[in-house]
Amino acid sequence: MKIGISFAVAVLAAAMMVENSAARGRRKDEQLIETTCTNTPDYELCIKVIREDPSCATAPLQDLALIVVAEIKRKTEEIIVGIEKLQKTGPEEMQPALTKCRSYYNAVMVGNIPVAEQTTWGNPKFAENAMADTKNEAVMCEKAFGKIPTPSPFTKENKYIADVAAVARGIIRNLL
Amino acid sequence: MYFNGIYHLFYQYNPKGAVWGNIVWAHSVSKDLINWHALEAAIFPSKPFDQFGCWSGSATILPGNKPIILYTGIVDANNTQVQNFAVPANLSDPFLRHWIKPNSNPLIVADDFVNKTSFRDPTTAWMAPDGHWRITIGGRRKRRGMSFLYRSRDFFRWTKAKHPLHSMAATGNWECPDFFPVSTDGVTGLDTSVIGPKVKHVFKVSLDLTRYEYYTIGTYDLESDRYVPDKDMIDGWNGLRFDYGNFYASKSFFDPSKNRRILWGWANESDSTDKDVEKGWAGIQLIPRTVVLDPTGKQLLQWPIEELESLRRENMEMSNLELKQGEKVEIEQITAAQADVEVTFTFASLDKAEPFDEKWDRYDAEKICREKKSTVGGGLGPFGLATLASKKLEEFTPVFFRIFKDKDKHLVLMCSDASMSSIEEDKTKMVDGKDAYRPSFGGFVNVDLKDMKISLRSLIDNSVVESFAAGGKTVITSRVYPVMALYGDAHLYAFNNGTETIQIESFNAWNMDTPEHMNHELKD
Repeated sequence: MKIGISFAVAVLAAAMMVENSAARGRRKDEQLIETTCTNTPDYELCIKVIREDPSCATAPLQDLALIVVAEIKRKTEEIIVGIEKLQKTGPEEMQPALTKCRSYYNAVMVGNIPVAEQTTWGNPKFAENAMADTKNEAVMCEKAFGKIPTPSPFTKENKYIADVAAVARGIIRNLL
Repeated sequence: MYFNGIYHLFYQYNPKGAVWGNIVWAHSVSKDLINWHALEAAIFPSKPFDQFGCWSGSATILPGNKPIILYTGIVDANNTQVQNFAVPANLSDPFLRHWIKPNSNPLIVADDFVNKTSFRDPTTAWMAPDGHWRITIGGRRKRRGMSFLYRSRDFFRWTKAKHPLHSMAATGNWECPDFFPVSTDGVTGLDTSVIGPKVKHVFKVSLDLTRYEYYTIGTYDLESDRYVPDKDMIDGWNGLRFDYGNFYASKSFFDPSKNRRILWGWANESDSTDKDVEKGWAGIQLIPRTVVLDPTGKQLLQWPIEELESLRRENMEMSNLELKQGEKVEIEQITAAQADVEVTFTFASLDKAEPFDEKWDRYDAEKICREKKSTVGGGLGPFGLATLASKKLEEFTPVFFRIFKDKDKHLVLMCSDASMSSIEEDKTKMVDGKDAYRPSFGGFVNVDLKDMKISLRSLIDNSVVESFAAGGKTVITSRVYPVMALYGDAHLYAFNNGTETIQIESFNAWNMDTPEHMNHELKD
């Protein structure tokens, strides 16, 4: 009976130790994500975007940045689809703004995103510039609608991309 | 590099787009540094040791007049960096079109003490008196900028020295190191291997973190095999720069045909990516400059190569023109969008120089230029040129001086301000409040004002303004994109917004022609 209780205690103690060290490991990865996001303009957004990718748990800083870049890529693809749709079916007075936005987001897709994907590891200053410019392209798209009578149909999307690009830039700055 | 009567320029180039990517060593040749012909790429990914990229490096001319290139190859998707060599396939081809990369590559890989994604840009090699070659490679250890030193007897087996050639704490990653001798005679250029009593050395790095470069002047200590900056040199972010504007990844080379050292610099675009994609190109090499030691020994002097003058055409001269406070004069009869302008400003007294605010950071000239723009009045200055200006100055890029009184001496601030360069509304603020697309570049000019004059030369070329103060003591390059001040609608003014009257002692401007050959492909 004594042995049985000791054994149970030992097993319990062992189980607790294992759980603690796993928790400590988790805490270290969380710390990286938390510290990284503190150095960006939008902590909450940063955490949200990163945590959506399960690989974030063990990702080094460069890959955390790439998680955010991937989100920007997805949203850029979506907004381009939206722009093209409106170019076909939207009102005449919206066309000049749509043409501009198409050009801005095309630059993000063919220019900025590939640069960020290729240079975050090993030459991050180019990735930083690419993310800074991505924010500007999104802001310029929204401004393009400011010049025409109809309101912007992409205010939420433009702001989201601009904000996430600023977050990506903040993360990448830590790599320099 | 110079080889058998022909200048070769190799540059990082993306054949597939107007952004960074797919980087190869593009190759252009020239007989006069002005007219260029493009050849096929000299080095491009083709082997395991450069499959993922062919990044920067340098050429060395070995004894027997044999060029060899050392360059950084990328070996995986994480941009791990190694150093490779390439040699001409055919030395009797005057254009050295083809280069081979033997399978003995890579020559140098990062050891455990080197961050293998911050390990690049091998320099031109120099041979020390002990008969061994040396090169230095840029990198970092945590936040310490490093210039690793490697030695070799035969140029193929390299050993890393225990200590770097030079390093500096808290400067971040060092790219594109450049290490070269300058003659104390202030005139002659020197081959990279020259050492001697009448020689000082220059060490320059490009800073990844800030996107600008800085240099120091010092001694190459043969015993310790280290570079030692002179005592009063500022070794760090606040140090001297080749150029206080848009100028990066620079590299110098020795031109034996004219015994001069020539400096190449890269200026990227300051507009948004969509503009670059639209126009289909991005990035320029600035006009090559000769580099010599200033008579004071405390800085370098740069000046556009003399061959540039072959593009000068119609000339417009004037002298003894007075500019009172608030006055400006238009320089007519000049193609203001494409001109070479030399002007000397004089003044009767330094008394009206405004005081230098003690609270200002002496090493942040850009901030002072941002706060005290050309439209803000002053005492002795602001005066200078308004380049790429629209008729009513809706757009202009001023290059100007403002002189301050600072205790018992005077400080001369030079600014090249892009903040009013374009009325186009893609101007947006960066997070830190600065408009990175339209910066107000600035640098101090360390010049003696006892002659009560200061000179300025500006090379104006549509979307770039390269300005040289006081014979090349301080240089600032700006990229600007006016939408009104284009071609025939661009104007040039001289102005003065200070209370002290300024005299234009001499003014010389030339229309600049375009070169006959502008880097089109060479047809056999």
